[in-house]
Amino acid sequence: MPKDGGIGASTKRREDVRFLTGQGRYTDDINIRGQLYAHFVRSDVAHGRINGIDTAAAEAMPGVHRVFTAHDFAGVGGLPCGWQVTDRFGKVMQEPKHPVLADGKVRYVGDAIALVVADTLEQARDAGEALGIDITELPAVVDMKAALAEGSTKVHDDLASNLCYDWGFVEDNKGAVNAAFDGAAHVVSLELVNNRLVANPMEPRVAVGDFESHSGQHTLYTTSQNPHVIRLLMGAFVLGIPEHKLRVVAPDVGGGFGSKIFHYAEEAAVVFAAKQLKRPVKWTASRSEAFITDAHGRDHVTKIELALDAAHNFLAIRTDTYANMGAYLSTFAPSVPTWLHGTLMAGNYKTPLIYVNVKAVFTNTVPVDAYRGAGRPEATFQLERLVDKAARQLGVDPVALRRQNFITPDMFPYQTPVAVVYDTGNYQATTDKLLEISDHAGFEARRAASAAKGLLRGYGFAHYIEACGIAPSNLVGQLGARAGLYESASVRVNATGSITVFTGSHSHGQGHETSFAQVVAEMIGIDAAQIDIVHGDTANSPMGMGTYGSRSLAVGGSAIVKATNKIINKAKKIASHLLEAAEGDIELKDGKFTVAGTDKSVDWVGVTLAAYVPHNYPLESLEPGLEETAFYDPSNFTYPAGAYACEVEIDPETGKVTIAAFSAADDFGNIVNPMIVSGQVHGGLAQGIGQALMENCAYDENGQLLSGSFMDYTMPRADDLPMYHVDHSCITPCTHNPLGVKGCGEAGAIGSPPAVVNAVIDALHRAGHTHITHIDMPLTPSRVWSAMNSH
Amino acid sequence: MNNFEFVKPSTIADAVAAMAGDGAQALSGGQTLTPTMKQRLASPSVLVSLMGISEMRGVCIGDGGLSVGGATTHATVAKEAAAYYPALAALAGQIGDPSVRSRGTVGGSLANNDPSACYPSAALASGATVVTNRRRIAADDFFTGMFGTALDEGEIITEVVFPVPQKAAYAKFVQPASRFALTGVFVAKYASGVRVAVTGASNNGVFRWKAAEAALSASFSGAALAGLVCPADDMIADLHGTAAYRAHLVAVMTKRAVTAAH
Repeated sequence: MPKDGGIGASTKRREDVRFLTGQGRYTDDINIRGQLYAHFVRSDVAHGRINGIDTAAAEAMPGVHRVFTAHDFAGVGGLPCGWQVTDRFGKVMQEPKHPVLADGKVRYVGDAIALVVADTLEQARDAGEALGIDITELPAVVDMKAALAEGSTKVHDDLASNLCYDWGFVEDNKGAVNAAFDGAAHVVSLELVNNRLVANPMEPRVAVGDFESHSGQHTLYTTSQNPHVIRLLMGAFVLGIPEHKLRVVAPDVGGGFGSKIFHYAEEAAVVFAAKQLKRPVKWTASRSEAFITDAHGRDHVTKIELALDAAHNFLAIRTDTYANMGAYLSTFAPSVPTWLHGTLMAGNYKTPLIYVNVKAVFTNTVPVDAYRGAGRPEATFQLERLVDKAARQLGVDPVALRRQNFITPDMFPYQTPVAVVYDTGNYQATTDKLLEISDHAGFEARRAASAAKGLLRGYGFAHYIEACGIAPSNLVGQLGARAGLYESASVRVNATGSITVFTGSHSHGQGHETSFAQVVAEMIGIDAAQIDIVHGDTANSPMGMGTYGSRSLAVGGSAIVKATNKIINKAKKIASHLLEAAEGDIELKDGKFTVAGTDKSVDWVGVTLAAYVPHNYPLESLEPGLEETAFYDPSNFTYPAGAYACEVEIDPETGKVTIAAFSAADDFGNIVNPMIVSGQVHGGLAQGIGQALMENCAYDENGQLLSGSFMDYTMPRADDLPMYHVDHSCITPCTHNPLGVKGCGEAGAIGSPPAVVNAVIDALHRAGHTHITHIDMPLTPSRVWSAMNSH
Repeated sequence: MNNFEFVKPSTIADAVAAMAGDGAQALSGGQTLTPTMKQRLASPSVLVSLMGISEMRGVCIGDGGLSVGGATTHATVAKEAAAYYPALAALAGQIGDPSVRSRGTVGGSLANNDPSACYPSAALASGATVVTNRRRIAADDFFTGMFGTALDEGEIITEVVFPVPQKAAYAKFVQPASRFALTGVFVAKYASGVRVAVTGASNNGVFRWKAAEAALSASFSGAALAGLVCPADDMIADLHGTAAYRAHLVAVMTKRAVTAAH
């Protein structure tokens, strides 16, 4: 019987009422009296030396208040990088300066050269066209391997080379891994590209800066997934504003997918300009600007190899990856191809020896950083394509080969050879469930039906694991993070029993306002309608680290549980006083405190009212009021895992791939709101299928973006996608957080790309195209047809 | 977008007079011009809207064929041409999305001659006549390469006359991002022979595939195309497809159009 409230209920998302009726309040909806408009003049060349900028004509134009260039930001800090990676020789990464406005050189198409502030946006744009910008174009560094060649043009003149770092993991395993390959019965090798992507949230980025001169108070309204992180980075490292004089507000945010984690130059620039001009300053990105300024995702080029013994047991894996950083280090860029990627190379398998090498490279392209999954999709794609290729090469069933090498339930907690310890899981169970819901047994009949229509049908399987609930602060500190990754919650119980929960987990599509309320409602036993979830404003919430890495419920939810437990403990003390019973005898059930074994009780409101009107109250031993704050720092990552199956149909005449069916059997641990979880998986699958078949962020050899608009960058649309079969009934609860939850936000985008590509290769092999071992994503009709017609 | 004057005449004569002004630009449905202006890639000083000219709107059947007013929207053609020229109506009904079809016009599409637009293939395959305020131009003479037409400065397409074929169909393979034609082929069978026009594929814009026309004029069937290869020399190569792929699609889409023709 499905529940109609609390944990486990598919409660409809309360936030959708405002989103679906046009009542959301987004950053661009905020307009402050006296507000000016910002326009950034951006480089149209990928690499060039700035010889001079003549601002006189522009500053004389109607409505123009000021033109800012790098010169005005002298003495202001650069944008900080939040993670320092140490390379395999023990040296720290090369970390270039990242000025707010381009200083001396432009390094990618879109790099901001000047900021024009005017009464209207059109006046600012007019003035931008009147700037006298003298740039000498330099050769562009685009290809990563060419960037590392001796004598290559350097993106940053003051660095030794274009190599950010050469990371080896686990470096001490390298010799043993190579020896395992030397003695292996079989070696399978695969070279592949993980295509660069543009996140493209529906809402482009917006920033509004405001300054109150009498108090020295700065305010930034911004499209962010983590307002406290922006306050810390911008206040402490860029503009030198102490936290109590800087408020950051991220109101409703129309999707982020990672791209709104980072601290961007525009945020600092509008706050700086607002103070200089004593007027609010607003910047709204156009969609074209979003393509060339939002951090991009993925962009890895990899060679991966698998060594197997004669019985097809996995012996060792080694990988060699080039990871594109773009022109500057975005906030968390260095962590993505290293600690969020190398640590997942064991996948679901008991491979004893693994060595991962990653070379991170600077190029004259937009900075690359975390995008839905961040490192884990890259790891999963390599591994699951490789295992599929191995099965074909060895002539065995790809599912059976995986089953043979899975970590088994009796092996948990499982220490991988790549540092992390999986607490729990059951990959045979998710595989069994998937074969059932995808009707694997009926595939041959469906293939025959497709063949009768002249279409090639294939079945692709993939199993993924990810590390979510990021992360134990002491661990990530050892790995180079310049931040802690706890989360906070304040639970404020009001006098008449309603509750306001302040969380650091910003919601921009995840449904926190609904699911977090379900958690508190379940714990106390009151109606969720009595509980409001507040987030997104540093002025009212305790320091929180934000929403990314599928961490909100596992870390933010745990903080809420912790704070709510403090509330319950205090409420029981109050109840014991009111009921004149021992505290240990008080039980809370369905919003009522009862003395165990008696009919003596006081309801929730009776206790909360006593807390705020403490006439009959143990004032000598207990403070009045009922408000508690908690910080939760996880003791491990969480490890969601799942089995995905894709069925494709290929039109052999055109190479067009259609997703005929897609099934997902995920183990997310315990589930708070099954409907929201399904929605998260649906969205993740759309993005993963988009990456596999459609999305391609491509540059030409001069560093010009070829896919700079929706005319050329293919977003997945509803009619590209099938009705999904998603299941999350396989549950191995997380062993180390109070809710037993793991996280579900990124899974769909992680598990689906290899399932799609495996399905295409399967269809082509069944049709006799056995020479095709791999096609790089996106598998556009042209690429598939070209593969079928090359011999 | 820069500032501009906006006029909306109600007769062709008034529109022609307005177009004589300095920096004047005709505005039809604005599906290309408006975004171009928003990006400041075009800055006309006067926009002359053609959408208020009732004599340029609507569909009617006459002796010379189906006459479509230059300012007739795709949505109107999709609806009102269906009884007379179903393949043309079907083409109009597949352009863009409902909002594009409710604004975009046949005259605007032909005057722009985007190499990936659908309408040029229908006009060329139908041997249509493009009627302007000054003259009548045969489709074979109208298209002069990518974004190029025979139109003179200030000349307005008032009407397009499509001779109605015995059988016809349009087969479009969409570019996945824009959903314009990556390659689209319009096949039209007349008593005088078959005409095949290809859009989306060539660096020179819409073109007639004369080898296929000859084969189909001899025998109007997919089988007649067997072994026929469209040369890849002038084909567009980009992110979405190689030249060889587009040349291949020309043959595939031609066959599909022939099969679908009715």
